Amino acid sequence: MASTVTPSKRAPAPTPKLNYLNNGHTLKSWLLTTDHKRIAILYLISVTVFFFLGGFFAMLIRLELLTPQGDLMQADTYNKVFTMHGMIMVFFFLIPVVPAVLGNFLVPLMIGAKDLAFPRINLLSWYLYVVGGILISHVMLTGGVDTGWTFYSPFSTEYTNTKIVEAGLAVFIAGFSSIFTGLNFIVTIHRMRAPGLTWSRLPLFIWANYATSLIMILGTPVVAITIVLVAVERLFHLGIFDPRLGGDPLLFQHLFWFYSHPAVYIMILPSMGVVNELITCFSRKRIFGYKFIALSSIAIAVLGFLVWAHHMFVAGISLYAALIFSFLTFFIGVPSAVKVFNWTATLYKGSISYATPMLYAFGFIGLFTMGGLTGLFLATLGIDVHVTDTYFVVAHFHYVMVGGVLMGYLGGLHFWWPKMTGRLYPEAWAKLSALLVFVGFNLTFFPQFILGYVGMPRRYWQYPPEFQALNVLSTAGASILAAGYLLPMIYFVWSLRYGKIADPNPWAAAGLEWKTASPPPTFNFDETPVVTWEAYNYDEIPAWERRTPVAR
Amino acid sequence: MASQVDALYIYLLMVAGVMTALIFLAVLVLAIKYRRARGHHAQQIEGSTLLEITWSVIPFFVMLTFFIWGAVIYFKERTPPADATEVYVVAKQWMWKIEHMEGQSEINELHVPTGRDIKLIMTSQDVIHSFFVPAFRLKQDVLPGRYTTLWFKATRPGRYHLFCAEYCGTMHSGMGGDIVVMEPQDYAQWMAGTAVAPLQETGKQLFSALGCATCHRFDVQGRGPNLAGVYNKPVLLEDGRTVIADENYVRESILNPTAKIMSGFKPVMPTFQGIVTEEQLNALVAYVKSLAQSPPGTAGLQNQPATSPEQPQKMQVQ
Amino acid sequence: MTATEHQAHNPALLHHFADAEQQKNAASLGMWLFLVTEIMFFGGMFCAYLVYRLAHFNAFAAGSQQLNIWMGAINTAVLIVSSVTVVLAVKAAGAGKRKVLVGYLVVTVLLGLTFLVIKGFEYREKFEKHHVPGPTFSFTDKFDDNGKQIPVNPKETELFFSLYFAMTGMHALHMIIGCGLFSGLAILAWKGHYTPGYFTPIENAGLYWHLVDIIWIYLFPLLYLISRHS
Repeated sequence: MASTVTPSKRAPAPTPKLNYLNNGHTLKSWLLTTDHKRIAILYLISVTVFFFLGGFFAMLIRLELLTPQGDLMQADTYNKVFTMHGMIMVFFFLIPVVPAVLGNFLVPLMIGAKDLAFPRINLLSWYLYVVGGILISHVMLTGGVDTGWTFYSPFSTEYTNTKIVEAGLAVFIAGFSSIFTGLNFIVTIHRMRAPGLTWSRLPLFIWANYATSLIMILGTPVVAITIVLVAVERLFHLGIFDPRLGGDPLLFQHLFWFYSHPAVYIMILPSMGVVNELITCFSRKRIFGYKFIALSSIAIAVLGFLVWAHHMFVAGISLYAALIFSFLTFFIGVPSAVKVFNWTATLYKGSISYATPMLYAFGFIGLFTMGGLTGLFLATLGIDVHVTDTYFVVAHFHYVMVGGVLMGYLGGLHFWWPKMTGRLYPEAWAKLSALLVFVGFNLTFFPQFILGYVGMPRRYWQYPPEFQALNVLSTAGASILAAGYLLPMIYFVWSLRYGKIADPNPWAAAGLEWKTASPPPTFNFDETPVVTWEAYNYDEIPAWERRTPVAR
Repeated sequence: MASQVDALYIYLLMVAGVMTALIFLAVLVLAIKYRRARGHHAQQIEGSTLLEITWSVIPFFVMLTFFIWGAVIYFKERTPPADATEVYVVAKQWMWKIEHMEGQSEINELHVPTGRDIKLIMTSQDVIHSFFVPAFRLKQDVLPGRYTTLWFKATRPGRYHLFCAEYCGTMHSGMGGDIVVMEPQDYAQWMAGTAVAPLQETGKQLFSALGCATCHRFDVQGRGPNLAGVYNKPVLLEDGRTVIADENYVRESILNPTAKIMSGFKPVMPTFQGIVTEEQLNALVAYVKSLAQSPPGTAGLQNQPATSPEQPQKMQVQ
Repeated sequence: MTATEHQAHNPALLHHFADAEQQKNAASLGMWLFLVTEIMFFGGMFCAYLVYRLAHFNAFAAGSQQLNIWMGAINTAVLIVSSVTVVLAVKAAGAGKRKVLVGYLVVTVLLGLTFLVIKGFEYREKFEKHHVPGPTFSFTDKFDDNGKQIPVNPKETELFFSLYFAMTGMHALHMIIGCGLFSGLAILAWKGHYTPGYFTPIENAGLYWHLVDIIWIYLFPLLYLISRHS
């Protein structure tokens, strides 16, 4: 079953004269583009800015926590710093990153389409993100907010003096960016697949983004209305969550977590999608258990909506509610575990290479396993009572967010970098960074599990001296982690000018995106592909004999 | 209880540790054994439904053991013994105010004797806080507008950290203190050190000073229900529901009297919201609870609820 | 695509679609998904309403009985009629009747504006009766339960009015957007942008209008008709 386009093996295709990057050089051609690939690049730049901003706040946190006393900054400042770290990382990095950067770039390419269903709405998505980003930056520059990213009432509605309404507006607007991206993906995947590309032939990255998009459109509006109600309470003293008016602060928590729990699956599912692509390519194998992985993505999306109150076991909910939510939370562990087992099984009898993307995939499997298992600790009621609101939770979610989402993103960024830019990144430096990230990450966050169990609460500016040693270890790890993140910034930018020119398919990977030039032309394909093969047909694609991609 | 939590934790650690080790090892071994080499080609394996089912079902049942054990511990943690000694806690930014039934009040410290069940009845004056004692492996959020409870039995004397565990503003990290556990004789000595009125005595004085006694009489049927023996019993409301008259009900009836009116009574009680402080509320609640045994002179006089809410009993008007 | 091919297709066809049918299906699916997000958006407020009505029924009933049921009922009728005019507009678009289409679009906008004007009168009445939550709020009415006058906690009734203004206000905002949308469509329709081969925006805007209408149809009984007798 030959593909309709034959990849060249030895003779590299020169960078095409006209591709999406050089098709128009003016600022206007970028700022008014409707090309999904350009929009992806726009997102890449803005998301990276916010990542380093959030990372800067993280650095401040870790520096303050080197000593038990609050000596680097005032308590109020510290409270603002961790709030901004959380808000930026959650709403302006983790939620958009993989769908808006990799998803936007790859979804049309992977399904053989010319663009997403609604290119202008895609551009609008980016502008909404930017407007939200400008607003949150303004909030930061004019005093910040100090409620924690979870802005619980009544502290956020009646006690804090910081700019809750403006920050809420920023998140509200960024939320619509998310909704429109999800809407675009669902319609595109349903209506614009190339001829012959049935659902069961889709790359699992598409399944992952589809499941993510379902969560985006169903969950985000609920946090939007929650923000509206908080703003209304603050501005007009309407007292919807105010106990003195008969309101219920717990209602806020229910409404908030109804979105914010599924939100974490918005973050992790696309990264899991990336891992599928990496493991198959670098083992030269079909994925083990395609159907189960596809269905597990949908299962996670659905089950994700049923477990929100596991964030509220000690909040004052009834015993019976707690039992139900604990029970349901365990269900969600199953599809996640299934994925990990399937990925591991894919390695069996493969032909495995250790390119940087694969190293990130390995890191993902290990760290997501640890993060996910510690989630089970939190689902267990008797343990949650002790460790909730402590550093145990902080460690858990950083394992899945950083060890999971970020590793998947970095792996994907390295994997598709040649496709997106037409250049290869320097492999040795990339491997070094991956190692630094893995080591630095574990050193930063593993001690926090212990810190949490011995009783250090979260969001603490100062702490009892007996917790210092573990905090120092954590900060030391953070500096290594920071180096691991800064290096790719440097070498990716370097590669744009000095990197080796890439082939259309330097990894000899399966997938329609590799059957067009690197970088692709504006309309993606010269002819609409007709798909007659299953996903990950690595038995039909000869591997390169060399260990690193071909370069000329 | 703490040791049970630790035991469960160790069990989970072992399972998680084994799982992690297995996955790490599997990835490592497979990645090395099947590394790219000349002449070796990958073998395409679609999958195995049997394997999928196995590794879905077995982990699920293992997780069920986590759930059950955790639920059992949680259930015990959330059902205080009926005869526990009660202590009232009021949280505010940024301190813990503690009131013993005997009248002692403390700030940021809670003295308790070993071997006694202690039940904390907690509320917040402002935002949500959380009462966290790592040594006891216990935590409970403290909310404005209602009571939440936490119970424990300390077994070893010592000083144990008390932290606020729900972010509450500037000095959230400074809102700490100690649980001071003492041998019973030392505790008795500490108690005797201060001579204060027991909490329900304060409540009794308030009951009369605030005019509650005018309507809630014990000698004849007044405009309000006779509160003797009401606490913790089922109460038929005028809309047909039945509720248990627990601390939250008593507190709500003082702050929001028209919310849950006892069947057969008119909604004439004024609200005391803004008139009583949290500490005074605690005292009043403590007093009403102390009336669980009818005070002298009231024997035999019980409130007669109407048989159906549609025909309220004709009451003495004004 | 060759020059002749380019001329052959509908000018409204966007180039990233394979054909007009794919474009229409995509637009339709997109609109339905957007409506789902709107339902989830309002859902949060309906959820808050549900929780508080269960907790404070008497206060909610008392507040509800103070709303102007006639204005609410007329508004309901106005919206239902406007949904009919929307359906007729879509039908006219499909039949290529430009003037009829514009006519129905304009009537829809007028009905929408009528709704908003009546709403404005309602809000003014609330303002005069001091039922607007906040420092000026004052509520001394009782819950009339079949002749039985039950006093209620004014704080809880304030909560009812908070939800009333939040929900009807958010609905009114969507009505304003709808009126703007339909006005724009009327102008484009007058200029001849819509043909029987392409009137997807009319259809999709119609879907939006119908949803806003349906949301009102839920709001009306929930807010205005709590425990109303005869």
